[in-house]
Amino acid sequence: MKLAIPVEDKTMESSVCISFGRTPYFLIYDTDTKESFFLVNSAASSQGGAGIKAAQTVVDTKVEALLTPRCGENAAVVIKAANIKIYKTIKDSIESSINTFIEGKLSLLDEIHPGFHGHGGK
Amino acid sequence: MKIAVLSGKGGTGKTLVSVNLAAAANEVVYIDCDIEEPNGHLFFKPEKIQSEKISIKIPYVDEKLCNGCRKCVDFCKFNALAYIGTKFLVFEEVCHSCGGCVLLCPEKALFERDKVIGEIQKGVSENVTVISGIMNTGEASGIPIIKKLLNDVNKDENHTFIDCPPGSACIVMESIKDVDYCILVAEPTIFGTHNLKMVNDLVKIFNKPYGVVLNKCLEGENPSEKFCIDNGIQILGKIPFDNELGTINSNALISVRESEKYKDLFCILLQTVMKEVQRETVINS
Ligand code: SF4
Ligand code: SF4
Repeated sequence: MKLAIPVEDKTMESSVCISFGRTPYFLIYDTDTKESFFLVNSAASSQGGAGIKAAQTVVDTKVEALLTPRCGENAAVVIKAANIKIYKTIKDSIESSINTFIEGKLSLLDEIHPGFHGHGGK
Repeated sequence: MKIAVLSGKGGTGKTLVSVNLAAAANEVVYIDCDIEEPNGHLFFKPEKIQSEKISIKIPYVDEKLCNGCRKCVDFCKFNALAYIGTKFLVFEEVCHSCGGCVLLCPEKALFERDKVIGEIQKGVSENVTVISGIMNTGEASGIPIIKKLLNDVNKDENHTFIDCPPGSACIVMESIKDVDYCILVAEPTIFGTHNLKMVNDLVKIFNKPYGVVLNKCLEGENPSEKFCIDNGIQILGKIPFDNELGTINSNALISVRESEKYKDLFCILLQTVMKEVQRETVINS
C-alpha cells in the first residue's frame, strides 16, 4: 500500500512534521515494494489555503493512506474526496510510524481541527 | 469628518465611547464596524431600519464544460480550488473573490454566483444615524462588509464615528484607512497598556493623528496614562470607573441621554476631540 507522510527532511532519519499543510516534504512510501521518495511540498510557502494545496499534491501521488499527526478541515475534505484514509501518527519517528501502521495499530484521525484561516485573527 | 474609535481588545469601552460621543453630538452618523459582534445598535435601538444584504462572488463549475486541465487550481494564489478525480472543489471561505479563475478558464467552465456573507442595517436614533455591519457566523473575511459600510459614508457630509473591530488585524486597518482622526480607548492595567501599544503602533503606521481616552479610571497608578505621558501621546479625557455608569451601560442605555453628569463629561470630551481634529486638519492641509 502506498503511504504519504509529512516529514521534516529528505531522509528516513528525520522526523514526522507536526504540520500537514506547512510540511517541507512528503515521504511517499510503498509498504509492499519498500520503495520511497520525497516530494517537495510547494504549499509550504503559500499565503493561504496551504492545507488544500498540500492535500492536492498528496492526492496526485495516488497514495491510499495519509499518516499525519494532524490535518486541517479543508485538507481533510480534499483527502477524503479522493477516498484516501487519514491515520494519526503517535511518534516522531518515521520508521516507527510506518511500522505501527503496518501492524494495524494506528487509528483513523477523527478529531480534525478547524484551520486557522482568516486574516491575521484578532 | 470621520473619527475612528479603537481598542486592542473587546470590552475596553470602545463602544461606550463611540456611542456616547455620537449621542453627545448634533446630527452625526455612527457606524458599527465590529461586524462579528456589533452591539452599538443595542444602545441606540434605532428605528425605521432598512437592511441590505452584502454578498461576494464565488466561482462554481459547470462540470459538463470542465475538462480537468487544472489551470484554475494552479492559478489560485489562495488555494481555494482543488480537483480530485473528477470532482471539482471550491473552498468558499478561502476564496478571495478575485474572479481570476473565471477569466482564466480556457473552457469557460467557471461562473460566478453571489454568496451572502452578511448585511448592513441602517436606522435612526434621535440625532444619530445608526449603521451596523453584521457578518454571518463562519465567514472568514468581513472586509467586503467594511468596505461597503465606509463607502456609503464617504459621500456623507455629517460627522461620522466609527466603532472599529477590536485588535489590530487587517479588518481594523480597513476600518481606519480613510478616517481623519483616531481615538484609542485604554484600560488602566498592565494588560490594557499592552493592548494600547498594539493599536498605537497601528495608527502610527497609518500616520493618523490620534489621542487616547483613559477608561475605567480609579485613584492611583494608571500604567496606560504613564505610557501616554512617556511617549508624548495626547490624553483626550478620562472616564471614571463608577457604579452609576456601569449600571447605565449594562442596561444598554446611553449615559449621555440618561444623566446630566455624563452628558457633561462626554460633551467636554467631544469638544476636545473636535478641537484636536480641526487642529490636525489645519496642519495637514
Ligand atoms: S481551468 Fe476550467 S477547464 Fe480547467 S480545470 Fe479549471 S474549470 Fe476545469
Ligand atoms: S475567485 Fe480568485 S480566489 Fe476565488 S477561487 Fe477563483 S482564483 Fe481563487
